[in-house]
Amino acid sequence: MIYLDHAATSWPKPEPVQEAMLRYMRDVGVTPGRSGHRLANEAERIRLDAREAVAELFGVSDPLRVLFTSGGTMALNLVLFGLLGPGAHVVTTGIEHNAVMRPLRALAARGVTISVVPCRADGTLDAAAVVEQLRGETRLVAVNHASNVCGTVLPVREIGAITHERGIPLLVDAAQTGGAWPVDMQADNIDLLAFAGHKGLLGPGGTGGLVLGDDFDVARLPPLVYGGTGSRSEHEEQPEFLPDKYEAGTPNMVGLAGLGAGVRYVLERGVAQIRAHEAALTGRLIAGLRGIPGVRVVGTQDARRQTAAVSFTRAGRSCSAVAHTLDEEYGVLCRPGLHCAPQAHRTLGTFPDGTVRLSAGPRTTPAEIAQAISAVAQVARVE
Amino acid sequence: MFEFAVILVHSTSHAIQAERVLGRAGLAVKLIPTPRHLSSDCGSAVRIAAGDRAAVEQSLRAAQVPIDRIELLDG
Ligand SMILES: Cc1ncc(COP(=O)(O)O)c(C=O)c1O
Repeated sequence: MIYLDHAATSWPKPEPVQEAMLRYMRDVGVTPGRSGHRLANEAERIRLDAREAVAELFGVSDPLRVLFTSGGTMALNLVLFGLLGPGAHVVTTGIEHNAVMRPLRALAARGVTISVVPCRADGTLDAAAVVEQLRGETRLVAVNHASNVCGTVLPVREIGAITHERGIPLLVDAAQTGGAWPVDMQADNIDLLAFAGHKGLLGPGGTGGLVLGDDFDVARLPPLVYGGTGSRSEHEEQPEFLPDKYEAGTPNMVGLAGLGAGVRYVLERGVAQIRAHEAALTGRLIAGLRGIPGVRVVGTQDARRQTAAVSFTRAGRSCSAVAHTLDEEYGVLCRPGLHCAPQAHRTLGTFPDGTVRLSAGPRTTPAEIAQAISAVAQVARVE
Repeated sequence: MFEFAVILVHSTSHAIQAERVLGRAGLAVKLIPTPRHLSSDCGSAVRIAAGDRAAVEQSLRAAQVPIDRIELLDG
């Protein structure tokens, strides 16, 4: 089996991730922040390990500014519903995932105005195009760091330089770049970074969170979810301090144990090394696919400017049929369709038929890429 | 003479962070239940040697660990 669906979720998880989760289940098992006994304290230490690892990965100094949620989607909702209300204006881009577009469409119904900055047909966009959309009532700029459809990376640093100048917070959806592309919130001018735990961070599904930049004023952002935190139990109001303000309810600790181990794995191997590995594989994959008659690769077709997500179409063939044959007959696992991103597919000219997406991961081998290319060549040939 | 002091915090996240930061700085710490006579938001507190207080305050400040206050501990 050749697993090329890492942009959906990475698999298999590194052994230390599996072990950390098993160990948590077996030896710790409880909820942090509540009972104060030795197991609860150990649980809190493991959660702090995960916070420290994520803080280091994204270049923030204070681990308490790493907030855990049920995933990237919840983190994005927290920011979008927290910062945008009737009369507010938000700027976003033409390659967003539905984790951004659907909350925004719901907010539009409540009186929020949305400007979608168009991207070119390869998903690229110039920071200057974002500036043109800014207004006096712009409360947020929300940008996908990299398209989950075609891997195109957006110039967040340049966009952030402009939003900083205007005093508008920049929210970056780093679901596709976390662990796979260098991100430094300070240098990249990112105020709010939403991450998914189950892709490049190599943790399990149902983990993720929001990182608050060192200079972001938390008084601006109300919680999305209110409830018990184990702290200030005599009060019926939500605490104002971090991280409890945003972490009501029992956390997914088995998941966070795995996430912490996954991010440690990434830090030990190094994002630069993972990026170089995936760029090499992506370059081979793009070149191989481009050599197949009838196959069209979308996006920049330049491994230096994109993540490992590579999408293609085969004229006259449905992408779900192609993906199905790749799975059934060649053992190549990938994801066809619209990838929860109709906006991005409209930009790429592949709506509503979609694409077939192949996405390598940190432990994919060149041999697997070569096999996948020849499988696509076979499937593309047969009528 | 007081032998110990106690760091009062708002949340166990902060208690555990204090434990870690001070442990890395080579300072002796122990997590204890918050003494009843000291009102605090959080059931857990961090006990330190009273003589380490200045070094403790400096380490916590440098690492941005939010604490409520430090009190001397009787007995
Ligand atoms: C670009 C992008 N944003 C957001 C998400 C959602 O993250 P999560 O699955 O952690 O909710 C995903 C993936 O599912 C994604 O690819």
